[in-house]
Amino acid sequence: MDELELTLKPLMLAGLNGDAQAHARLLKLLSERLRAYFGRRLSASLDDVEDLVQETLLAVHLRRATYDRAQPFTAWAHAIARYKLIDHWRRRKIRATAPLDDVADFLASEPVDADAGLDLTRVLSTLPPRQRTLVEDVKVHGLSLSEAGLRGGLSEGAAKVALHRALKLLAERLRHADR
Amino acid sequence: MQTDELIDLMAADTAPVSRFAAARRLALGAAAGAVVVMLLVLGWLGLRPDLTTAVAGAFFWIKAAYTGALGAAGFWAVERLGRPGVSAKRPAGLAAAVLLLFVLAALAQGCRMSGPARLIALQGVSWTVCTLNIAILAAPSLVITLLILRQLAPTRPTVAGFAAGAFSGGLAATLYGLHCPEATCVFVALWYTLGVAVSALVGAVFGRWILRW
Repeated sequence: MDELELTLKPLMLAGLNGDAQAHARLLKLLSERLRAYFGRRLSASLDDVEDLVQETLLAVHLRRATYDRAQPFTAWAHAIARYKLIDHWRRRKIRATAPLDDVADFLASEPVDADAGLDLTRVLSTLPPRQRTLVEDVKVHGLSLSEAGLRGGLSEGAAKVALHRALKLLAERLRHADR
Repeated sequence: MQTDELIDLMAADTAPVSRFAAARRLALGAAAGAVVVMLLVLGWLGLRPDLTTAVAGAFFWIKAAYTGALGAAGFWAVERLGRPGVSAKRPAGLAAAVLLLFVLAALAQGCRMSGPARLIALQGVSWTVCTLNIAILAAPSLVITLLILRQLAPTRPTVAGFAAGAFSGGLAATLYGLHCPEATCVFVALWYTLGVAVSALVGAVFGRWILRW
């Protein structure tokens, strides 16, 4: 339990200082935990689990300014995961039957790898064309953000803003996708 | 696109974040709210005519300290409740202590009065409008605070909305003191407190609905 905190918190702090590699590593480790956490609580489909994992990762990324550096990272991440789970149940009009857990339980989750084949493409296709092109250039063609921006006629600063907006839109669309 | 690709995208969007980013956003919103409420007090209600003599007396400041402390506790709670996994017990305790202290002072004052005098103090000259005025004044600040809180990550929307309303109500009541001439603990403990409570309840109702993310 302490081990996970000791791994994740430094990555979070480095990410908050702008270290993209540490941030990616954090999200990757977190995604494995989240998959296990949601998997045990959603008897329904695996698609639901992966949707929630992605939604929670986006929330962690987009709302990381709300992390208080004096606080345990796992407590913060668990509170977000728990909120996203309750929100999911609320939207599906399902009453929680499994008992809601504490942080210790969240930490005890064994990491689980992603199932292949789950897809954000459906949500991605609803983005405005310019943002979609940018996202696809970075993702599919493996371009750096500034290269992808150049291709689309955007300065590096503008490309950064566009990517951030695209992620925000993605989070919003993902949340409403199952309505 | 799969989760790992999504992670790559988010990594490409890694910008440094100031440790004060969340608090600063809330503080700017609070300042903007205070300006709007102040303009409303000036343009809609007007300053009390005896303001210059009132500020020389103690009660003007006692009243402001009471409502100001409620607002400050509310702001503190908002700052906490916008962060997942953080408790708001300490700001709640502060608000409860301030409220208790002032209500006890009002009870002590009321008990020393004769029956008719107590009724006169309770009604003052403005009991019919006081609570409503404070609730109306609080509205713009409440809207701003809820919109900013929505950008943070409140995991308890109703409670966070309540705190936003308490903050806005405390702010509005404090600035309302520039208009309102009432000068007894009895009056303020009842009608001002009710105004802040109405704002907090409105905040809770709308928070439950607006603070979803």
